[in-house]
Amino acid sequence: MRRIDKDQRARIRLTLNGRALSAEAEPRMLLSDFLRHSLGATGTHVGCEHGVCGCCTVLIDGTAVRSCLTLAVQAEGRDVRTVESLAAADGTLNPLQRAFQNHHALQCGFCTPGILMSFTDYLARNPRPSEADIRDVLSGHLCRCTGYAGIVSALLEAAGYRQSSESGSKS
Amino acid sequence: MSFVGTPVRRKEDPALLSGRGRYADDLPTPAGTLHAQIIRSPHPHAEIVHIDAVAALAKDGVWTVITGEDIRKMSDPFLVVLKAPVHQWSLAVGRVRYVGEPVALVVAESRYLAEDAAELVNIEYRPLEAVVDPQAACAATAPLLHTEAKTNEISVRKFSYGDTKSAFERADARVALTVEFPRLSFTPMECYVVVAQYNAADDGYDVLANFQGPFSTHPVMARALRVPGPRLRLRIPPDSGGSFGIKLSVFPYIVLMALAARIAGRPVKWVEDRAEHLVAASSGPNRITGIEAAVTKDGRILGLRLDQLEDYGAFLRAPMPGPLYRMHGAITGAYDIANVDAVNRVVLTNKMPASLIRGFGGPQLYMALERLVQCIAVELGLDHLDVIRRNLVPAAKMPYRAAAGSLYDSGDYPRAVATAIGHGRLDDLKRRRDVARAAGRKYGIGFAAVVEPAMSNMGYLSTLLTADVREKAGPKNGAISMVTVNIDPLGAVSVTADSTMQGQGHETVLAQIVADQLGLQPDDINVVLEMDTAKDQWSIAAGTYSCRFTPGTAVAAHIAASRMADKLKDIGAKQLNVLPGDVELVAGKIRSRSNPDNAAPFGRVAGTSHWSPVMLPEGMAPALSETAQWAPELEPPSSDDRINTSLTYGFVFDMCGIEIDMLTYQVRVDRYVSMHDAGRILNPMIAEGQMRGAFAQGIAAALYEEYAYNDEGAFLTGTFADYLVPTVSEIPPVEMLHQETPSPLTPLGAKGLAEGNCMSVPACIANAIADALGVKDVQVPATPRRIHALMEGSGR
Repeated sequence: MRRIDKDQRARIRLTLNGRALSAEAEPRMLLSDFLRHSLGATGTHVGCEHGVCGCCTVLIDGTAVRSCLTLAVQAEGRDVRTVESLAAADGTLNPLQRAFQNHHALQCGFCTPGILMSFTDYLARNPRPSEADIRDVLSGHLCRCTGYAGIVSALLEAAGYRQSSESGSKS
Repeated sequence: MSFVGTPVRRKEDPALLSGRGRYADDLPTPAGTLHAQIIRSPHPHAEIVHIDAVAALAKDGVWTVITGEDIRKMSDPFLVVLKAPVHQWSLAVGRVRYVGEPVALVVAESRYLAEDAAELVNIEYRPLEAVVDPQAACAATAPLLHTEAKTNEISVRKFSYGDTKSAFERADARVALTVEFPRLSFTPMECYVVVAQYNAADDGYDVLANFQGPFSTHPVMARALRVPGPRLRLRIPPDSGGSFGIKLSVFPYIVLMALAARIAGRPVKWVEDRAEHLVAASSGPNRITGIEAAVTKDGRILGLRLDQLEDYGAFLRAPMPGPLYRMHGAITGAYDIANVDAVNRVVLTNKMPASLIRGFGGPQLYMALERLVQCIAVELGLDHLDVIRRNLVPAAKMPYRAAAGSLYDSGDYPRAVATAIGHGRLDDLKRRRDVARAAGRKYGIGFAAVVEPAMSNMGYLSTLLTADVREKAGPKNGAISMVTVNIDPLGAVSVTADSTMQGQGHETVLAQIVADQLGLQPDDINVVLEMDTAKDQWSIAAGTYSCRFTPGTAVAAHIAASRMADKLKDIGAKQLNVLPGDVELVAGKIRSRSNPDNAAPFGRVAGTSHWSPVMLPEGMAPALSETAQWAPELEPPSSDDRINTSLTYGFVFDMCGIEIDMLTYQVRVDRYVSMHDAGRILNPMIAEGQMRGAFAQGIAAALYEEYAYNDEGAFLTGTFADYLVPTVSEIPPVEMLHQETPSPLTPLGAKGLAEGNCMSVPACIANAIADALGVKDVQVPATPRRIHALMEGSGR
């Protein structure tokens, strides 16, 4: 196992959204800070830095984790995915993102990346969850704007319970 | 065909859903930017004896450690409308007055280093006795927060409208009640961010911050920094992660970081963390209200008396004490009450300073007024809903001048109530209650009726001053909104506005409004809402607060776009060889109404002013840019202290059924119905989102959230494990109903709607709890501990 002294900066290598990247970091650096400030992936947000709010959720090897409770060194050699990976290269939103737009599931958008990443993981493992399951997973995230109703509707659409509603398709 | 009034999907969403938002901490910083860490007071009240920063300064990468003495020499205390000797700088000077108060600032090459160095700064304090309870703080023997002020109760104003004395004399009965509204915040998920630069060449500051307004605070910051306004260039990023009033209070940190940049000689960045946010960012004020009604035996309210004691914490910060006065003209709520006396008192205690928060004085007022109405029903043996209906402002009296001065512009409150309880909704609630009670369970029904003001009269706060003092200070009134519509050389349209956005969908709604006027699609309209005070249009009323967008900024956009449309029609008429009255802007074309084949593409005609001003009609100014200033008539306070506090007034009527779990003492919301009349709805999808958001925050205030202090002044809710923000599991379903009575006072007819449920929900749930338990004193948040105490106390 690689050993790094606490005051020593070390090069950390990982795969971010399919691209091999590396940067220097102290062992104590949080993965959330590393992603945002060292690798420039600012889509991942930091809302509480104590693991409660869920804003900073990313995927490591396909599993949703709180990047504010993870050290950058723990992601060494791993496959990290963030919200930037969800849309197609031309900007086309994926079905989960589209569902969020259709159901007005975001207002300020700060908590949204974390919710999208949690459900990218969860829906991959559980393609047909019940509404109760969806609410249970969503309860790991805080949103202050929406009152959650639009988010639940969007997640039900993403889980295939609702036809893709283009109710607001005038724009 | 109009986009206004339809659920156009948000233009904001694709970027925010793809991680391409541009929040303050995402934007590039200038080369050489340093990072700041604030050292905060662990004491609620203490003298600062000595600050030793030698060890911190010796650390590699540490540039400076700044204390209150440095700040005091370089800056002036923040201005406040109330002229009391309560001086606040951006760092504590000589004394700390609340846990979390900024005491010193470490500036270093990284945030990690700054935090390390902060631990090496040794601060010696001499603790003083603290006072936390607002009533205790008013006592003559209470420890003084600001000795020069000689009292903690720094403002007492008495108001009298009508003849309250005789109303009480001729009343059949009097009903009195005391209610307390707690401290809480709506904790935006993004905390404060400031990046400050100082340019010695022009003695100017250039600051990026996720500030929300009101821009009346800009002169406060510039004065503190001792520069004229233009030399405090404030930039607000395109995206902000929620605010709910809270991001006004980034302003002392804007000043602090500006001074730090000057001292360090480098740009300085500070990102608040959640621990700092919870302990010191901002809070709604707590209020104790003594309220009493003079009533007839059938429940008609003849007169009201209120004694409102509001606790602003350790300092009064501009624009405080706003919450105590924002509702002032509408202090009689949704009721036709001719006589009212009020005493407004402002007290300071050893808590974090209170400031803006969504609802802004409404939740405090309605908790008192709506609880009182329920108590009137109980004490007179009447039906609660009957007492509400007996006192509602009748539709025939609209527009209605309320006793304290508000002009309720439109509405039909009785019809809204009838609709809400109709279709069997109230019968269903009663049936559920009866079934639960028959089974021995604790079930209650609550109601609340509130008037929701929008777009504050800039003069409302001067009601705090006496008429003589107001006379000397000069009149303050009105509220200006500004929007600019620009046309580029190829006829592309862009819009800038005087609102800051934190998720309210302003970009989309402005695009709808402008697209309608210009015959374009909302996607054709580029709306740029990042703000630069050096270059963008703004007035002292600018910013996003007190629901000013719909009756204010949106109207300015409508006016600017319609003026631009008129100009383009004139230009088009000349090019199409028709009369201006025959020109219309439709589907991306400028064309003749009578002969639609005679048409030109919008862009070609719209670009004319750039390419060929000579082709413009005789005497016309070029149609490149139109800035509209919407300045509705709002009078200053009258000599007898009547004040029309806001431009428009919507209505909300709520009805709910709650059940109390006999094992856990939790309040479970069984059914909730909320009826809104916010005038014309500009985008029903976004409107619904705002109302549901406010509803969730109302639930939070009613049942979960409270900034708690112990008697010694220690702060007890410093993490999200202690301060309980509701998750999806805690938010009950709500049935939202709408009625549209357009405002006659604005061209769009739209009123504010994003605060009503923050005002109505705590009162409605408290009423339901009172009904369930047969108790009078209900304290929110109604936590299981409090419910248990209520049930033990009442022997039920």
